[in-house]
Amino acid sequence: MKKHDNLITYAVVIAAYAVFQILAATGNLSSHMKGLLVPMTYYAVIAVALNLCVGILGELSIGHCGFMCIGAFTSAFFSKLTEESLPGPLRFFLAFVIGIAFAALFGFLIGIPVLRLKGDYLAIVTLAFGEIIKNVINAFYIGVDSKGFHFSLKNSMELGMEKEGNLIVNGAMGITGTPHDSNFTVAIVVLLISLFVVLNLVKSRDGRAIMAVRDNNIAAEATGINVTRYKMMAFVISAAIAGAAGVLFSHNITTLTASSQYFGFNASIMILVYVVLGGIGNIRGSVIAACVLYLLPELLRGLNTYRMLIYSIVLIVMMIVNWSPKVIEWRKRVTSSLRRA
Amino acid sequence: MSFLTYLISGLSLGSIYAIIALGYTMVYGIAKMLNFAHGDFIMVGCYIIFSVSGALAGNSLVGIVVAIILCTLLGITTEFVAYRPLRGAASPLAVLITAIGVSYFLENVALLIFGADIKSFTSVIKWEGLTFADGQLRIQGVTIVTILVSLLVLLVLQTFIKRTKQGQAMLAVAEDKGAAALMGINVNQTIMLTFAIGSALAAIAGALLCSAYPSLSPYTGAMPGIKAFVAAVLGGIGSIPGAMIGGLLLGIVEILSKTYISSQLSDAIVFGILVIVLLVRPTGILGKVIQEKV
Repeated sequence: MKKHDNLITYAVVIAAYAVFQILAATGNLSSHMKGLLVPMTYYAVIAVALNLCVGILGELSIGHCGFMCIGAFTSAFFSKLTEESLPGPLRFFLAFVIGIAFAALFGFLIGIPVLRLKGDYLAIVTLAFGEIIKNVINAFYIGVDSKGFHFSLKNSMELGMEKEGNLIVNGAMGITGTPHDSNFTVAIVVLLISLFVVLNLVKSRDGRAIMAVRDNNIAAEATGINVTRYKMMAFVISAAIAGAAGVLFSHNITTLTASSQYFGFNASIMILVYVVLGGIGNIRGSVIAACVLYLLPELLRGLNTYRMLIYSIVLIVMMIVNWSPKVIEWRKRVTSSLRRA
Repeated sequence: MSFLTYLISGLSLGSIYAIIALGYTMVYGIAKMLNFAHGDFIMVGCYIIFSVSGALAGNSLVGIVVAIILCTLLGITTEFVAYRPLRGAASPLAVLITAIGVSYFLENVALLIFGADIKSFTSVIKWEGLTFADGQLRIQGVTIVTILVSLLVLLVLQTFIKRTKQGQAMLAVAEDKGAAALMGINVNQTIMLTFAIGSALAAIAGALLCSAYPSLSPYTGAMPGIKAFVAAVLGGIGSIPGAMIGGLLLGIVEILSKTYISSQLSDAIVFGILVIVLLVRPTGILGKVIQEKV
């Protein structure tokens, strides 16, 4: 990695931020596009998190939206609870602390069994945990009244709350009316902080240890690297960043539900697509791919029913062009013959 | 008595998972790739049966045959167009993402042709079923047929792999592609045959799935596909009897937990079992333990 590579990454993000802000200020951005900016950014954040897990640590996770889900629900729960008692900026900051802390905690707990497995088995267990998180949250009913918290796994009547009690988590209906604290600026700041954390981690002693574990864990262990510790470190940081994306998510949406559309395995796979197309292990690539691929189906909206079809064909063709050994060889031959000519 | 009824319906659902899982596990064992589009082959099979039986005024047998043939062709084409160019790519994730692309593609083609509304599928099995113990225990025809078909499929596949040259070639390719090629086995052709068998099984599973749960949409195949994949991993991916055991276990657990614990949490329980089994046996129930060498 070159010396100024990281600075270029930050510069790209800030430049993109400036461009979108200028477009918005001069009225060149439709309200539909404006609404896409925050989602685009939190998908970039979670793509960075997943790339840390898949690219730097080398373990395929297809349940990362589960961590996002935990960050989203714990922070939204906190924000709903303290909506009247705390000032906005402080509350939002604490929501981040809580969302990130819980996502990291679950990253640690899930990491204990998951990181003992290998390859595709590891992948399927992360998928399983992602689905378990989503399903369990869908069954939660939590309310609060003057007597304290009430909790149920059946339905809201089981809570036995007082009339003026506040039903916060309503099972599959989720959390409604989380304060709308996220905006594009906060989202970009979160993205820059996660980039800072991941890019510096990669360059540090710990990061080199993590990559050594990825490249050959037996050799790494033989040179005295604590394999479990570094695997866990990367996994927990990755989960924490995914949690931060979840906080942005939940404070940008009126009704937060643990639906498959946002937190199911399909959503996790969509983020994996960003990571792979951006380049496995290439953090800047993840950010760019997440933004472009998130906006692509939206920009194709004019084509209406054909847009996802076109998206899927683009995906297949891009993978074959980028990765097929025969196509790579052919491209090399073409470029070398062009150079000779 | 009601427990027995639920157990049998669990067996039936498990048999469907098992048939899908057999396709998954064969393709994984040989091509070493997760074919995420496998679940969508089921959906394609269902739509073909739906359209053909509709056109022929309810003649579902022809529908099934056409579906099996077309799904087989679809599997071969997909393998040739989308997966084969990526064999030997630098990252195994490349072909995984392509499979996801194929899955999106099939779902959206179905969406364009048939629309998003749920079609009600007429069961391909007209038989009413059996009644035992003075009507206290009723087993539906589709349940019995599903269980029998899955046993038959397992038997045929086992015989095919153990007794025929092509089957032996599959085992060889699964073990070591390079060495198999040196022994004169046509690796590409063997992988193609595997995809053909897997896709044909998906069509059969589709017919049974939609007969038991008669609602058909472009996303019908996704969840059963992923559950079957879980079943394949549970049984030890690459192992044919393992896929059967995994599928049956998953189906029974799902139905019983839906009935006795919570329908809301049944998926969480199913996935929880997977986690527990893999913690005790990291390569699944019947999976081979491969020693890592330095």
